[in-house]
Amino acid sequence: MATKLTARRRRKASPTSESPLVQGLLIALSLLFMGVILLLPLYAVFHEALSKGIGSYFAALLEPDAQSAIRLTLLVAAIAVPLNLIFGLAASWAIAKFEFKGKAFLITLIDLPFSVSPVISGLVYVLLFGAGSVLGPFLKSYGIEVLFALPGIVLATIFVTFPFVARELIPLMQDQGSGDEEAALSLGANGWQTFFRVTLPNIKWGLLYGVLLCNARAMGEFGAVAVVSGKIRGQTTTIPLQVEMLYNEYNATAAFALASLLALLALVTLVLKSALEWRFSAEIAAGNH
Amino acid sequence: MDVRVTNVRKEFDRFPALHDVSLDIHSGELIALLGPSGSGKTTLLRLIAGLEMPTTGRIFFGDTDASEWTVQQRNIGFVFQHYALFRHMTILENVSFGLKVRPRSTRPPAGEIRRRALELLDLVQLSGLEKRYPNQLSGGQRQRVALARALAIEPAVLLLDEPFGALDAQVRRELRKWLREIHDRTGHTTVFVTHDQEEALELSDRLCVMSQGHVEQVGTPDTIYDQPSSPFVFGFIGESSQLPVTLVDGEIRHGNTAIGQSSGPLTAGPARLFFRPHDVDIVEPGAGLTGTVHSSRRVGGTRRVELDLGAGQLAEIDLPFDQAFSQSAAISFRPRRWQLFSAG
Ligand SMILES: Nc1ncnc2c1ncn2[C@@H]1O[C@H](COP(=O)(O)OP(=O)(O)OP(=O)(O)O)[C@@H](O)[C@H]1O
Ligand SMILES: [Mg+2]
Repeated sequence: MATKLTARRRRKASPTSESPLVQGLLIALSLLFMGVILLLPLYAVFHEALSKGIGSYFAALLEPDAQSAIRLTLLVAAIAVPLNLIFGLAASWAIAKFEFKGKAFLITLIDLPFSVSPVISGLVYVLLFGAGSVLGPFLKSYGIEVLFALPGIVLATIFVTFPFVARELIPLMQDQGSGDEEAALSLGANGWQTFFRVTLPNIKWGLLYGVLLCNARAMGEFGAVAVVSGKIRGQTTTIPLQVEMLYNEYNATAAFALASLLALLALVTLVLKSALEWRFSAEIAAGNH
Repeated sequence: MDVRVTNVRKEFDRFPALHDVSLDIHSGELIALLGPSGSGKTTLLRLIAGLEMPTTGRIFFGDTDASEWTVQQRNIGFVFQHYALFRHMTILENVSFGLKVRPRSTRPPAGEIRRRALELLDLVQLSGLEKRYPNQLSGGQRQRVALARALAIEPAVLLLDEPFGALDAQVRRELRKWLREIHDRTGHTTVFVTHDQEEALELSDRLCVMSQGHVEQVGTPDTIYDQPSSPFVFGFIGESSQLPVTLVDGEIRHGNTAIGQSSGPLTAGPARLFFRPHDVDIVEPGAGLTGTVHSSRRVGGTRRVELDLGAGQLAEIDLPFDQAFSQSAAISFRPRRWQLFSAG
């Protein structure tokens, strides 16, 4: 009896480990959940996209409106991501390395896009630049269209994806402190040399990680962009908007063919993200996302 | 290069970390900043480096007012407590960094930079490790890389913040001797921060003892140890005991026991007597201060005995290790050397 007890106790490796039955149940439940919520839809996307054969799949992708949507999505990401990279770097630099009034407020502000519904973000731009606003007609008199045009889509995308780079870098830079920078300065390096030779290499993997997430979201953003774009077919529809329009027109194959591009992007992002995490986990701040 | 710190005050958000500190650092000397945690040692060092700017006061490099100079202009070598090596650069790249970032007009050619970096790695006994990265080195090796990196720019002043703070006692002792050798060989004016008094006494030409943002005393190790100028320094450096005494016509009395004559400015009234455990003579019972043994422990080659002198007063004295005594025995002693401070 006594030996049985000690044996059972020994098998419980740590006080928090549960019995094998509970463990198995939990694992099975998570796998089932993942299967239903994640893998099944992914399978459905590709299945539906290819249901009429590879020929019509590529035909759907090569269709002029689809091409235009792809180009617009790439263009928006190509503008929004670099800008957010610079904003994110500047903001995290300021927050991590300097002491100033209103720092806590700035940190809260950076998180704002995460806590506001994207549709609301879009509506804010409509209010700011719409026909009834002050700014909209003013810019229009100079021939600059913001709403229902590229600038509006870019602005909304920047707003929604702003936190990714900054959120990634702030804890990383705070953790690293300014010791390395001080060392570089004391060795005679100027500000630029310090930034490019010391600061940037120290944060490069975290930065890449943030940019990756930022890009994925920029290309996939729906809500905010839907509000400001006006959905002018062939002009202001990004991939997600085009997918929705096609789907509403009962053109499921074309819709899923385009959607499969976004799914591929998600998969590639996931793989790169895992590779980065696996290789440079120490250099990428934990606890985010 | 001479460095003069004159009447420097430094506040952080209104909190004064340094009050009116003045210190003359002589060219070529090795001077230690010693003091308890929070006394302002790092702050003073960073002010000299230009990593902080004084709230008031001036800092001179030679005869030139350097108070407004940037870190880069001051040409100092700074060794940080946690080394701050560039983790993505090899050891060689770390050491060459200061030369590589120079403007083209003063930058030596690449071959020359490499030669000098290798020479320095040889000086700090790390030849052969130049291709490694900082995380592939031990703490002591990293420390030496940090020193080589700072020396590479031929600094006017070398500043070290607790250079051996993160190392174990054995390595500390080795590096200490080695730092002294390097200093004697290169002749750099060197300021180093430590809170280890043994290290400061052994290594430095002069010590600057600090407490609560003030300089308490500056002097050679002998002066600091033998003629402490304040109760703080006496208590902080080495072992000591203090007893309340009264002065009557220059005679020092503890209760009814006469200890000796006061030769200082204090002649009458209450005072505090400081002495070291090894500066006492054992005398016949009753012929000096008498106390009962309270506790004893072995310190190196002697036995340090804590005596209870009554009225809650304790004093520590050293006895030869082989001297036998029983617990709670009475022992009489008389301080051989002492220092008097007013009973403030
Ligand atoms: N950046 C800062 N902001 C606010 N207060 C500071 C700052 N740096 C130092 N202080 C304060 O100044 C005082 C002196 O600090 P300093 O770091 O110079 O002490 P230290 O003698 O080096 O101590 P230690 O031996 O613990 O390193 C401390 O009370 C500290 O809290
Ligand atoms: Mg310190």
